Amino acid sequence: MTWLHDHLGDVLNLTVRHIYLAGVPLILGLLIALPLGWLARRFRGLYPILIIGTSLLYTIPSLALFIMLPFLLGTRILDPTNVIVAMTIYTVALLVRTVADGLGSVPEAVNQSATAMGYRRGRRFMSVELPLAVPVISAGLRVAAVSNVSIVSVAALIGVEQLGSLFTDGFNRSFMEPIIVGVIACVLLALLFDAVILGVTYLVTPWLRAGKAAS
Amino acid sequence: MINRILAWMTDSAHWQGSDGILRRLVEHLGYSLTAVLIAALIGIPLGLYIGHTGRGRFFVVNLAGAARAIPSLGLLFVAVLWLGPKFSGDIAFLAPAGLVLVVLAIPPILSGAYAGVEGVEPDIRDAARGMGMRGSEVLRHVEFPCALPLIMSGIRSATLQVIATATIAAVVGLGGLGRFLIDGLAVRDTPQTASGAVLVALLALAIDMVLALVQRFVVSRGLTGRYRTGQMVDADTVATPAAPALQHSS
Repeated sequence: MTWLHDHLGDVLNLTVRHIYLAGVPLILGLLIALPLGWLARRFRGLYPILIIGTSLLYTIPSLALFIMLPFLLGTRILDPTNVIVAMTIYTVALLVRTVADGLGSVPEAVNQSATAMGYRRGRRFMSVELPLAVPVISAGLRVAAVSNVSIVSVAALIGVEQLGSLFTDGFNRSFMEPIIVGVIACVLLALLFDAVILGVTYLVTPWLRAGKAAS
Repeated sequence: MINRILAWMTDSAHWQGSDGILRRLVEHLGYSLTAVLIAALIGIPLGLYIGHTGRGRFFVVNLAGAARAIPSLGLLFVAVLWLGPKFSGDIAFLAPAGLVLVVLAIPPILSGAYAGVEGVEPDIRDAARGMGMRGSEVLRHVEFPCALPLIMSGIRSATLQVIATATIAAVVGLGGLGRFLIDGLAVRDTPQTASGAVLVALLALAIDMVLALVQRFVVSRGLTGRYRTGQMVDADTVATPAAPALQHSS
């Protein structure tokens, strides 16, 4: 473990970059997937088109996407923006279906009650439908978070620094320890993301606990 | 730039020979299909067994999530550095890389098969029992056909995962289309790198479409509701691509 001891600063630095590259796309992806998921729900004809379209994007292997994006965006290959955009695409691909299904899981009677109480469509969406869809959306977000953390490490092959750089660095020197440290750090980071999402879900769904406390 | 990529891809010299596109395509398909086939031979029976008996349920539920968290690039390097020295020649990287591909393909297939059997309605299972079927018959004639949509989406997720990881595996010396990406990056040959990326993306897309077609043919119409008369078709049950919750991670 001497290697880790000597390079703790570097590992922490790479971890912070990894959190940035995997975390920002989660938020961006969620913000994009919410309106798309709503559209898929609102206009039934759009559902298959949006779902099939986004899953086609998901079939593109990550390394290929990282390499193709600079040509489409006009960025340089080493620009971290490519990784952010690629991860956002994967997040949207996973979440559009989740958001649509989550909104679909809200009982129709609840929507009708809200309308009867005078909620207009916009406000009903923000304060009734969306909160009730949170548990389903959160489940999808957890899957996206864990796979984002793991996919970002591939970006080491195009020279974008993050925990995956420990893999390429260790492999080039036939040195196992950085690779093992990198794998463990990635797994811990995935667990951390998962815990944060679970925590936020817990905070924004107080009604799920209200029933338990009363009984 | 697009023109240079097109020029590279349409140059017939790049299609032929031992490092031509055709040869790399066949290699890529060969690795991917072999790995998925082996993983399916292990994952499907195991998933069906766990789903049918309920034994080891905890194991499967956690396996899929845990497998998603492990970075495939790191796993690949660990396998090559650890197992590589135990072999000689080409096997030194072929065996570890192949092993990683199989290991990564098992969790989605296993959890698809398990979830498929688990999700069969108890009424249907009871009806099969009531008709006098024994446990193995219920599994073969009822649970397996009902589980096929999820088994297929598990296979599709695993295949995408394997195609993506086989691309990355070029960095440890594996052949396949990944060679164009890795070699192109190494010598800064942009048209080659970009062409390789486009080819890999097209391959993944084509294979997923083929599997979607296979799914259409093997899944009973009783489940999908696709009848020629079109009476029972429900928008929600029309074949949609692989369930994202089971999708790949690389």
